[in-house]
Amino acid sequence: MPEHNEPAYDPLQPGEGEAIAPTGQGGPMDLALDEAESLEKTLGDDSTGPGPGPQEKPRSLWSDAWHQLRRNPVFIISSLMILFLVIISIWPQLIASGDPLQCDLSKSQQGSSPGHPFGYDTQGCDVYTRTVYGARASITVGVCATLGAAFLGSLLGGLAGFFGGWGDALLSRVADIFFGIPVVLGGLVFLSVVTSTTVWPVVGFIVLLGWPQIARIGRGSVITAKQNDYVQAARALGAGNSRMMLRHVAPNAIAPVIVVATIALGTYIALEATLSFLGVGLRPPTVSWGIDISNAASQIRNAPHMLLWPAGALSLTVLAFIMLGDAVRDALDPKLR
Amino acid sequence: MGRYVIRRLLQMIPVFIGSTFLIFFMVYALGDPVAALFGDKAPDPATAARIRKDLYLDQPLWKQYLHYMGQIFQGDFGTAFNGQPVTELMASAFPVTLRLTIVAIFFEIVIGITLGVISGLRRGRSVDTSVLVLTLVVISVPTFVTGYLLQYLFGVKWGWVRPTVSPDAPFGELILPGIVLALVSLAYVTRLSRTSIAENVKADYVRTAVAKGLPRRRVVTRHLLRNSLIPVVTFIGTDIGALMGGAIVTERIFNIHGVGYQLYQGILRNNSPTVVGFVTILVIVFLLANLLVDLLYAVLDPRIRYA
Amino acid sequence: MRGATHAKWAAGAVAVALAATACGGGSDSGGGGGEAGIVSSSWGDPQNPLEPANTNEVQGGKVLDMLFRGLKRYDPKTGEALDMVAEKIDTTDSQNFTITLKDGWKFSNDEPVTAQSFVDAWNYGADVRNKQNNSPFFSDIVGYADVHPTSGEPKAKTMSGLVVKDAKTFTVALKNKFSTWPETLGYQAFSPLPKAFFTDHAGWLNKPIGNGPYTVDSYTKGTGMQLRKWDTYPGPDKAQNGGVDLKVYTDNNTAYTDLISGNLDLVDDVPAQQLKNVKNDLGDRYINQPALIIQTLTFPLYDPQWSKEGMENVRRGISMAINRDEITKQIFRDTRTPAKDWTSPALGEKGGFSSTVCGDACVYDPAAAKKLITDAGGLPGGKVTLTSNVDTGSHRDWMDAVCNSINNALGEGPVCTVNPIGTFADFRNQQSSFKLTGPFRSGWQADYPLIQNFLQPLYYTGASSNYGKFSNPEFDKLVDEANQESDAAKAVAKFQDSEKILAAQMPSIPLWYQNGSAGYAERLSDVALNQFSVPVYDQIKVG
Repeated sequence: MPEHNEPAYDPLQPGEGEAIAPTGQGGPMDLALDEAESLEKTLGDDSTGPGPGPQEKPRSLWSDAWHQLRRNPVFIISSLMILFLVIISIWPQLIASGDPLQCDLSKSQQGSSPGHPFGYDTQGCDVYTRTVYGARASITVGVCATLGAAFLGSLLGGLAGFFGGWGDALLSRVADIFFGIPVVLGGLVFLSVVTSTTVWPVVGFIVLLGWPQIARIGRGSVITAKQNDYVQAARALGAGNSRMMLRHVAPNAIAPVIVVATIALGTYIALEATLSFLGVGLRPPTVSWGIDISNAASQIRNAPHMLLWPAGALSLTVLAFIMLGDAVRDALDPKLR
Repeated sequence: MGRYVIRRLLQMIPVFIGSTFLIFFMVYALGDPVAALFGDKAPDPATAARIRKDLYLDQPLWKQYLHYMGQIFQGDFGTAFNGQPVTELMASAFPVTLRLTIVAIFFEIVIGITLGVISGLRRGRSVDTSVLVLTLVVISVPTFVTGYLLQYLFGVKWGWVRPTVSPDAPFGELILPGIVLALVSLAYVTRLSRTSIAENVKADYVRTAVAKGLPRRRVVTRHLLRNSLIPVVTFIGTDIGALMGGAIVTERIFNIHGVGYQLYQGILRNNSPTVVGFVTILVIVFLLANLLVDLLYAVLDPRIRYA
Repeated sequence: MRGATHAKWAAGAVAVALAATACGGGSDSGGGGGEAGIVSSSWGDPQNPLEPANTNEVQGGKVLDMLFRGLKRYDPKTGEALDMVAEKIDTTDSQNFTITLKDGWKFSNDEPVTAQSFVDAWNYGADVRNKQNNSPFFSDIVGYADVHPTSGEPKAKTMSGLVVKDAKTFTVALKNKFSTWPETLGYQAFSPLPKAFFTDHAGWLNKPIGNGPYTVDSYTKGTGMQLRKWDTYPGPDKAQNGGVDLKVYTDNNTAYTDLISGNLDLVDDVPAQQLKNVKNDLGDRYINQPALIIQTLTFPLYDPQWSKEGMENVRRGISMAINRDEITKQIFRDTRTPAKDWTSPALGEKGGFSSTVCGDACVYDPAAAKKLITDAGGLPGGKVTLTSNVDTGSHRDWMDAVCNSINNALGEGPVCTVNPIGTFADFRNQQSSFKLTGPFRSGWQADYPLIQNFLQPLYYTGASSNYGKFSNPEFDKLVDEANQESDAAKAVAKFQDSEKILAAQMPSIPLWYQNGSAGYAERLSDVALNQFSVPVYDQIKVG
């Protein structure tokens, strides 16, 4: 299979985007266009950045990334959305005047009416108020569990992938066992003994079950990234492990972790609903999208509006974080610079 | 290579012991199953004590575990409360679930990677945006709802397929459940391959390939896709477990008597032979799947090698 | 080449996986509805092996009802215990009974049904070594303690109270007077068993043999059972259809989907979320009728903060704060009926049901409820927590609704909260170890249509299912008197008197009576449910 050698051992080229521009028909054109755009962007960045001069300190990759992020409209839009969600979580009464626990069973599953634009759920509670108040618990669970699982997973997985050997074997096998624990069983065992009504046991449990997946993804991409020529070159030049990991491997391996983590955010919020359904998740007076979505799911034929609003809010949240993740990933990709 | 595989297979032994003990302990922690066998009525103490003795539940945990492991090595996985041997349950449930998983993974690979490649090559275009919207819908609508809606539309309203799966569960009947099961994972696969593709489009070897004048199709499949697949393959490897053991909702909607259902029943009834037996097999499946994934790394990226 | 070796390894592993799955895939699928004369019906996997004395839930009960006929059988419409295999059951003292069997009854393997068939079956059911769930049903018989000691090995294999006189006659001696004992004999635990049950037990379990109108054609555990009409069945209630195919569903919603798409003929438990659509989907092919099931909220009277003097007014107040009408309408779509006593309307007025016993205490009156509770010193600790398992039924929904109703009535914020428990086993363990500190759900399905079965096991001092540890000497005295009363009407009146004590003390809040519900296909007719919410299969006509 001679093809293997061609791409893999391609010598490092100086960034000559224009060199391939004329070759294309159709596809290559697209690639070339993208390339040209990004070149322009880089040029633009450079001209607005700190002026060139002999005194300029070499900027680190991370500050470069931050620099680029601030100019990315996707990043700005997603940050504003997240800011909005955070504000709603802290002060839900800003946009909802009702009480999410005030329910009138006689209005069960009624559609929208003046003052109650989203209608009522099965218990006769106002769907709009509950959707607004549900943000706090759901976003706390989603964000904290994702951060926890992503941190733990990428740290352990990254180390395992980077060093390999016995540590890798041990970690991977531990992860295999964790994969084996059914969510239902784990939830019933770990969460039924907890009497706290806060979100933290739920967050902890989701981190516990979530990290192996991110660890494996992180491990896989670190294994790939450390084969790159520039990493090998850095090693040949005598770079230390920590420097190599932070400078060369991490930025190139982080993209899949970001992708998985941003989607996992949504699934973790949904997982919280599964736990509530089992009787071990959040419980009243806590209000959450997960609880409302799982209550609405079985009523989909009778009252679809019950599902629409909390699920829509969940979509928006996931969208904001997916956009944020995309922007961060773009900013960290040196090939775009 | 061969030695690597053998080493990995040997690692299964401690994992097997560790996971059986962990799961055994967890089911034990769920509490005493005997009282629930009597329904609304109060358990008769003498009968309950007999049942406990028969199930070794009156022994300390470590003795119960040793007894259980001793039985396993004689090929006896115990019995469920309805008197059926667990091996019989496994023999009927695992083939069905495995078929369902294969269908789901097939759709994940075909649809997920195709959508991912298309949206990765056309970043920011309308195709990319539509795929993103679909992803969001899939993540935020519960499987129960999509499953039920698809079943209702295809099975009841239009009558294109049988709404439920017959006990034998042939591949043909598993297409719709397979799609439903694959939906959430599809979102992951699509986004992962999109990101990888978008990243690698800029890589030097792709430029070289394009510069050499290779046809676009060849560049995408041979060079771009192959190097972008590692995260996707890793994800699918981790997903096998979720698909096999966690298909409770899908299996219920389509009346599939698979692993998810048996496991759920076993857990609700605190039946440790069922739960430990099923989970042990699942853990072995993950071990094999992840071994396969690690071997695939080396196929996809020849620079990675195992000694 | 290295790459090639890798690929080979991977391909090999995939091939093995595929091969492993391919072998299970048969193609023969017994078509859903539509087979001539055969009713296809939804089923759930029975929890225990299908022995009559070991089956205490509806799914196993369904099969036993088709396979067995006991001494008595409850009329599916009236609930009256009619003689079936019994010719007559005589007694002079309500304690010693002589049972005579009718001629001509036999098992489907041609073995005649004799007095010995009953005595052997009952001895088997009572023997602690056989670990039968229903053995307490035999505990009234003299000699029960010998075969079922509370601890240690049994001293005998048979109960001395059972004596076979001849092939058609046997006598039963009870420990105490129990006037309505013959009425309990319609319960499935009292079914006769053929010799094959004892000689080839495993074989019998794989293909049970009984004396009922159907025979088992094939039984695949976890998947389904095919029963066929027994053409030479000697009993009076011959099957009106060619047979019944029971198909195991893991979710009743799926069974319902199969029903409306024409793949299934009968669903005997319409899922709650579809109740709004049944009129649309099924028209009048929907049954919703009272069954012998009541749901209550039991107070933990072992906890002094609930049992101390004056708390009965708080308990009464909580009962009055629950808007039963609204909850049964909105949450259960009228498949529950607001409770007015501690029994069930399926008993009938003659059987002891009364719509007035609970009176005002079971009528929603938020203002009076608030006043009662406040005047009595308020809820213990200012709050109340409802507990139930949530792994089955719509328990979570009604608990939320009850709490909302209480909170709305009291107007003091969320003082009522729910404590959902993940598994029935865990709930039962907490309940039977008396750990719960707030009201908890108690569901009770009667074993036989007698008012005694609704009161004595639940509220008699020290009774087996008295989870709240209610104890009232006057109540106990009335129950004892009722059991000794040889006149049925007088016995019922005594039980109703005892029920009045429950109304005054409120050891548990009656919530609602649970109905049986079923939906069926157009090709079926004469579909009915009995009092145990089991379809009367032998009466169903196809086509």
